[in-house]
Amino acid sequence: MSWLKGFFNSSIGRKFIMALTGLFLFLFLTEHMLANLLLLLPDNGILYNQYSHFMVNFPLIRIVEFLLFGSLIFHIIYALVLTYRNRQARPIQYAVRKPGENSSWVSRNMGFLGVILFIFLAIHLTGFFAKARITHDLGMVTINGVEMHDVYSLVKAKFEIWWFDLIYIIGFMALGAHLWHGFYSSFRTLGLRHPQYLPLFKGIGIFIAVIIPLGFAIVPIYFLINSLS
Amino acid sequence: MKITLKVWRQESPDEKGRFDTFRLDNIDSHMSFLEMFDVLNQQLIEEGKRPVEFDHDCREGICGMCSMYINGRPHGFQSGTTTCQLHMRHFRDGDTIVVEPWRARPFPVIKDLVVDRSPFDRIIAAGGYVSVNTGSPQDANSILVKKSDSDAAFDAASCIGCGACVAACKNASAMLFVSAKIEHLSRLPQGRVERVRRAVNMVRQMDMEGFGNCTNTGACEVECPKGIKISNIHKMNAEFFKAVWVSSEEVEA
Amino acid sequence: MIKLDAKIPEGPLATKWTDYRSKVKLVSPNNKRKLEIIVVGTGLAGASAAATFGELGYQVKTFCFQDSPRRAHSIAAQGGINAAKNYQNDGDNVYRLFYDTIKGGDYRSREANVYRLAEVSVNIIDQSVAQGVPFAREYGGLLDNRSFGGVQVKRTFYARGQTGQQLLLGAYQAMERQVARGNVKEFTRHEMLDIVLIDGKARGIIARNLITGEIERHAAHAVVLATGGYGNVFYLSTNAMGSNATAIWKAHKRGAAFANPCFTQIHPTCIPQMGEYQSKLTLMSESLRNDGRVWVPKRAEDVKKKPADIAEEDRDYYLERMYPAFGNLVPRDVAARAAKKVCDEGRGVGPTGRAVYLDFKDAIQRLGHHVIEERYGNLFEMYEKITGDNPYETPMMIYPAVHYTMGGLWVDYELMTSIPGLYATGECNFSDHGANRLGASALMQGLADGYFVIPMTIGNYLSNDIRTPLPETSSAEFEQTEKEVKERLEKLMSINGKRSVDHFHRELGKIMWEYCGMSRTAEGLQKARGMVQELRKEFWKDLRVPGKMDELNSELEKAGRVADFMELAELMIIDAYNRNESCGGHFREEYKTPDGEALRDDENYAYVAAWEYAGMDKDPILHKEELNFEVVTPSTRSYK
Repeated sequence: MSWLKGFFNSSIGRKFIMALTGLFLFLFLTEHMLANLLLLLPDNGILYNQYSHFMVNFPLIRIVEFLLFGSLIFHIIYALVLTYRNRQARPIQYAVRKPGENSSWVSRNMGFLGVILFIFLAIHLTGFFAKARITHDLGMVTINGVEMHDVYSLVKAKFEIWWFDLIYIIGFMALGAHLWHGFYSSFRTLGLRHPQYLPLFKGIGIFIAVIIPLGFAIVPIYFLINSLS
Repeated sequence: MKITLKVWRQESPDEKGRFDTFRLDNIDSHMSFLEMFDVLNQQLIEEGKRPVEFDHDCREGICGMCSMYINGRPHGFQSGTTTCQLHMRHFRDGDTIVVEPWRARPFPVIKDLVVDRSPFDRIIAAGGYVSVNTGSPQDANSILVKKSDSDAAFDAASCIGCGACVAACKNASAMLFVSAKIEHLSRLPQGRVERVRRAVNMVRQMDMEGFGNCTNTGACEVECPKGIKISNIHKMNAEFFKAVWVSSEEVEA
Repeated sequence: MIKLDAKIPEGPLATKWTDYRSKVKLVSPNNKRKLEIIVVGTGLAGASAAATFGELGYQVKTFCFQDSPRRAHSIAAQGGINAAKNYQNDGDNVYRLFYDTIKGGDYRSREANVYRLAEVSVNIIDQSVAQGVPFAREYGGLLDNRSFGGVQVKRTFYARGQTGQQLLLGAYQAMERQVARGNVKEFTRHEMLDIVLIDGKARGIIARNLITGEIERHAAHAVVLATGGYGNVFYLSTNAMGSNATAIWKAHKRGAAFANPCFTQIHPTCIPQMGEYQSKLTLMSESLRNDGRVWVPKRAEDVKKKPADIAEEDRDYYLERMYPAFGNLVPRDVAARAAKKVCDEGRGVGPTGRAVYLDFKDAIQRLGHHVIEERYGNLFEMYEKITGDNPYETPMMIYPAVHYTMGGLWVDYELMTSIPGLYATGECNFSDHGANRLGASALMQGLADGYFVIPMTIGNYLSNDIRTPLPETSSAEFEQTEKEVKERLEKLMSINGKRSVDHFHRELGKIMWEYCGMSRTAEGLQKARGMVQELRKEFWKDLRVPGKMDELNSELEKAGRVADFMELAELMIIDAYNRNESCGGHFREEYKTPDGEALRDDENYAYVAAWEYAGMDKDPILHKEELNFEVVTPSTRSYK
């Protein structure tokens, strides 16, 4: 299996890991974003709570969850390894740099955006995931005779706090920027180069970078506005 | 023209360098950037000082020897141009120009603006060729090559190995250089036979030399004086992936 | 005393090379492993030879002063490479290529060598294509050809305007493959400073590591020089900044005869010098003369006017006036001399008065902007980059420049110089181009020598050496040669005068260009010889080389090269003075037809002038190798 080890220790192999884990995380984000839209339904969270309950109790989803966290961890570890190596490749920096003249800010700052996303994720996970899955520190509700976590109320309560929403909006903006470069870049790393389809993927990447954060952001804004009126 | 030059000076690879500032009062706007350095060096020699060492040879933009990082850009700001083809008329009277050597761990500074680019030769030696001995190969026209393939191979093969891609990349990655050779040879039927081994061996050598990784910023293709496209890197990624995961040839990545 | 023996095989011209190869002595594979060859220079001739030696199993060391072998100046060749493939079915064959080359060289080259060159030209294309050289192709997938200067067939293979680059990369890659296999060792940023002779045979070199300044000894069974031409004697030329004659000059001083040193090719369409600071000249393709009209103002007082302000009737389209039949398309040497003539009359334009206009106004009017752009777009772009002028709006300025040197070390049929075991290939030998080289033939010769000729002929010599161990670098000969090299470097460092190397080089260039350039006279040459001697004395009295010997010191490198140019320049002058005729690139004002054309003297000068070094400040000794034309009959080159 030395070829496998060789592959994952090679520069291109590491890039593949980044691209594949990144794309998997993107798939999850899409699902997450679409599901979040259930929160906007005027049913006092019945459907959303049912969805949450289903996700927690369906075995296949639990497996996927491991994959998800695995991807996240690998994405982060490989990002750290690659960043470290890239830094090492230029021990002495230039005195004068004009990177803006040959590349976009986003493409050069994926690591910085990643750190913001990491902090955001920590806040997000302690605020929701940990409560629902580890400490079980949230209320219960019975729907159609089944007792389940009242995730909806937790979300509602949190998103009515304005500064909490602000943190989320900043996080989503970082996410958008990360996707702006990340989506397109992943496909290029995976070898997509056909001159016909490349612009298409670039377009899709930009569309995604706008639509996903927007889809996420609607929810806190919705709750905030609702609480104000 | 009056120009102020801030030039990196370094006596030897181990020594810590510094910037020296020079004033040049009599620069003709028709001079090339390197001719300005000639003038500077003549001035320094007259003053009994040590002239600035810099690499240059053909001075017509094809040998790839010149290598200055000028005001934050490799080969200066003009696109598709090597330092030797950059002319002073593009600067303004009274400008201050900062000139640095290529910066990358695999390209250590030898002296002043001169760096060691021998890793590129070693990468080519690792597989950047077609294994044919001199002798009597078949007639040149016995294998047809699609014009589009031939043209694409040429586009990649026009790389001059100057290292501007490495200098420009924020990660000091050499992938544009390496991928250009992989693309050149794998595009042609003559080079296709060895594509698996070539991709694996050249990438391995590239990694061993200590270059960084591509993060698709695209700076390399903007700064390349010969317009080598970043899509070569994506082709190389695919070649490498196929070599390791798909090919039945025994290779070790 | 040198004895010249060209060792041309017996038999009919067409079978000489085949017969030679059948009879030549071989070295068995197990013995090749024990034999070492040094190759100096890694351009087309050097890299192709090193790669092929490595493939055959010899142990090879290569040397180049650049930071990578791929940077040798072969890389800058634009146009193409000739080969008698007859892919276009236009009647080409080996004989025609041979004939064109002999005739183009104004009947001053050796028939046997040129025939062999034409013969192996076809193999070069096969070899290069197999290596992955991306030559231009047609839509059907076959190789494309174009025609080139003065021949009636389309036999030039090309890779856009970068044929030299692509061929060199092919040879370089083949060489790197041998590096990976351990057969070739590369010494980059190394400069050969002398050759070591043991028992009269070339057995090694002394080289300077240009990074550390260390003087190194390298032993070998044979030494191949592939160090290119010496056009930089003229300071300004289309050569690279580092191109130099040191290796061949040192070999000459150790006993290698120098043949036809005065044969220099001057290319008529180069971007002219803009000022004193100018460091090199850039070639613009000759094809521009197809649509451009060459002119200067009729009156000297108009030269500083803007070209647009000079009325049509005040313009002198001198080529059309002087050569109504050929007009702007006269051959290279004629066009070059005519430009010099009008500039000498004070009618040259540009900041230095040494330029003529090449005007596309009429062509643009007649054919339209887009046609001109399609034909010459990239050239116009390059011109604009360098000069800042837009040739669509204002005429180009051009002037002739030194481009190639046909002369070089004398070699026999086996490419061996008059020193046993020392070979010269490519531009640094004299063998194939006579007094004038045809376009697209330099690449052909470099690769023919390197891939096909020397790998075969060197065995004939080395087969006698299979029991000879590699010479010890501690031997007295190495010791002595190294001592001399060091002394010379120390001398250069210790002059401590006031003037820089470039100052002297520029002065030397001016003398050579003025008196030994496009046209020469006995009187001028005599004067120039005195001037060069004087300048050389001045050089050794007033040179300043800053820095130290044991470090990277490009001024010291240049000083050594210019010191050698100073000596070579005198030999060029002597040779030009000796050759009382006009032929090819050598034009003596005294020898021309009534209408100003070159007048060859086949009766007295149908020989190769091979000069033997006799010592510093002594007249060199002339040896003549008579040229016997068995197949072609010398005739007057005519284009009227």
